[in-house]
Amino acid sequence: MNARETRSQTTPHTRTFRKTQRAAYAFLSPSMSAILIFFVGPVVAALGLSFTDFDIYALGNPEYLRFVGLENYLRLVENPRFWKALGNTLYFVVVGGPLSLAVSLGAALLINSRLLRLRGLFRSVFFLPVVTTLVAVAVVWRYLYHPSDGLLNIALGWIGIAPIDWLGDPDWAMPAIILMAVWKNFGYNMIILVAGLQSIPETLYEAARIDGAGRWQQFVHVTLPMLAPTFLFVAIITMIGYFQLFAEPYVMTQGGPSDATLSIVLFMYEEGFRWWNIGYAAAISFILFLIILVVTILQLRFSNRSRT
Amino acid sequence: MTNPAGARRTRIPLLAVVLGIVSIVAACSTEQGERVEISFWAMGREGELVRELTDRFERENPGIRVRVQQIPWSAAHEKLLTAYAGDAMPDLFQLGNTWIPEFVALNALIPLGPRLDGSRVLDAGDWFSGILDTNVLQDRLYGLPWYVDTRLLFYRRDLFEAAGVTEAPRTWAQWAEAMRRVRAQETAGDFPILLPFDDWTPPIIFALQLGSPLLRDEDRYGGFSDPKFASAFDFYLSFFRQDWAPSTGRDRPNNVYQAFASGQVAMLITGPWNIGEFGVRLPESVQGAWATAPLPAADGEAPGVSIAGGASLVMSRSTAHPDAVWALMEFLTAPQQQVEFNRLTGDLPSSRTAWRMARLDEQAHTRAFWEQLQKVEALPKIPEWERIASRITRYSELVIRREMSPDAALAALNEDVDRILEKRRWLIDKRAAGPVAGLSAP
Repeated sequence: MNARETRSQTTPHTRTFRKTQRAAYAFLSPSMSAILIFFVGPVVAALGLSFTDFDIYALGNPEYLRFVGLENYLRLVENPRFWKALGNTLYFVVVGGPLSLAVSLGAALLINSRLLRLRGLFRSVFFLPVVTTLVAVAVVWRYLYHPSDGLLNIALGWIGIAPIDWLGDPDWAMPAIILMAVWKNFGYNMIILVAGLQSIPETLYEAARIDGAGRWQQFVHVTLPMLAPTFLFVAIITMIGYFQLFAEPYVMTQGGPSDATLSIVLFMYEEGFRWWNIGYAAAISFILFLIILVVTILQLRFSNRSRT
Repeated sequence: MTNPAGARRTRIPLLAVVLGIVSIVAACSTEQGERVEISFWAMGREGELVRELTDRFERENPGIRVRVQQIPWSAAHEKLLTAYAGDAMPDLFQLGNTWIPEFVALNALIPLGPRLDGSRVLDAGDWFSGILDTNVLQDRLYGLPWYVDTRLLFYRRDLFEAAGVTEAPRTWAQWAEAMRRVRAQETAGDFPILLPFDDWTPPIIFALQLGSPLLRDEDRYGGFSDPKFASAFDFYLSFFRQDWAPSTGRDRPNNVYQAFASGQVAMLITGPWNIGEFGVRLPESVQGAWATAPLPAADGEAPGVSIAGGASLVMSRSTAHPDAVWALMEFLTAPQQQVEFNRLTGDLPSSRTAWRMARLDEQAHTRAFWEQLQKVEALPKIPEWERIASRITRYSELVIRREMSPDAALAALNEDVDRILEKRRWLIDKRAAGPVAGLSAP
């Protein structure tokens, strides 16, 4: 009795709710179906492919496709090149990521500083590399890095440092890639951080000054905490992007010398689109996906804990 | 640009008009019937310059229209495979002859043997036998050699003569001696020869010269643990160990042409495209000073074997107009057009008659190629070959950099290659067990 009453009472409500819900789904359906077809579908298909040995033979004749279970993953774990690629990628993320963040933060503070003149000009100049085509950048940087005629080595020569074979020496190739990537990308994060800096209310600084805080104390106790959410966002985006290192080594070194700049994505590209081992390449991409997922979760959890 | 309401009002009539046009066009084409259109994908410069020949072909064959599409070499492989997967293959295309096995494995090509036998224009005996062989898989001919490519010596004759080497080396021993003499004449930073790390052809050529099989058991396993391959690899390494070729990145020249012009390197192992490039890129002062020579042989019988390269014309299995496609293939590979194509591109003709017609067999820089092309061998004809070649490059580089010993590198290489060939072994066993749609059989 009671239940029926409640139902009859809520029915008009539910009906309108259902109606709006239906309308909402109708409006969402174009983008939802696009996501299903172009994102979820391929991801599921790729996961399926990673359990097969799909290759050029299977492309020609589906009978030549074998279900291999976890073999692709096991072979990857055994493959020293995979570990090399993973190590290189981690090197790039661990060294390049923080470096990029530090440079971005420094540039953002500089641009936001009231002491600086021509702020707009600097903002544009720092942002310019981000919008420049990577291939053009690579050509110029290859000249800069040239062992005997490169500007960088000539400059090092002035301060008495022997020329470095930037892209030809396995020990220097990755630092060279990092340097170029940081230069190319820091402007993007800088713009986001500047926006974060500008949203910090001036009253907080005023209050800090009244309490006698110096410049450094203001930075540590006002700027950094207020910037933390923006900084976390930038850090995660940078980390995800840096795990997917591809274009820089692809155009600069093709993964060489001696695989010193072979990244996971470059390795996957090579296996998938050069040798057409689609199954194997799909397994690589899933491992990369899992790594990024885990690291992102860890980063979020860590930042949540430090905030509470 | 028009307002939405207007667009809606016109939609239905517009659709009707479009449908009407489509049906009229369709009706016309079925009425005419005889005029067929064939699509032809050609790569790089060839794709650009072949239009001059196809224009003439269209004039001579008014019933056939040729749509040439130029594909850059760097994207060619991917584009062809994607076209295959998407069922959008051109009727006719150019294929580097090391790619033929892959497309045969895909069953994407039509065998041409019967058509060639019936041809009144072409004669298989007119092609260099080593080059023709790259187009034959399981006794079937899948491509017509269009232009040829091989590797041999390009060297600075003046620098060699200054070092007391008056004739190009004909044997490995003479080659080593020539290197030693040139080295003795040079200052630090200059090298008698340049062997780029990413070029797998020199060690493979040396192996072929020693008669190493490269792969064994019907190409089912790697043959790199063979002692002959080890000797060939050792000879290759000697160029670096004796400091005849730059073995560090620092010594490697940035621009090969500048290095060759300045004498920083005195010799290269490279292909026919550089005849044209040298003519354009080298300064006037060294134009008369360089020469080409066939590869030295391991033993006395010069020239030594080189690899059979080049590009072929192949017919797609999906073509609806095989006769028209064949007519164009016949036209492009006939000696007369081969001569003209050589004049346009500098590519070396596959037809020996064309060589004689253009007197290429007598000219200074091409004469060495004429001699070399009589002695070229096909690389293993399996789809996995390029992948195997990339492993060779990788391990050679590790050894040259002294990060790995030659023995360990060859053992690891062989292991890698065995793994790469696992699918091939499985397929061969599967075929042996029962009738399956074959690797290539239709």
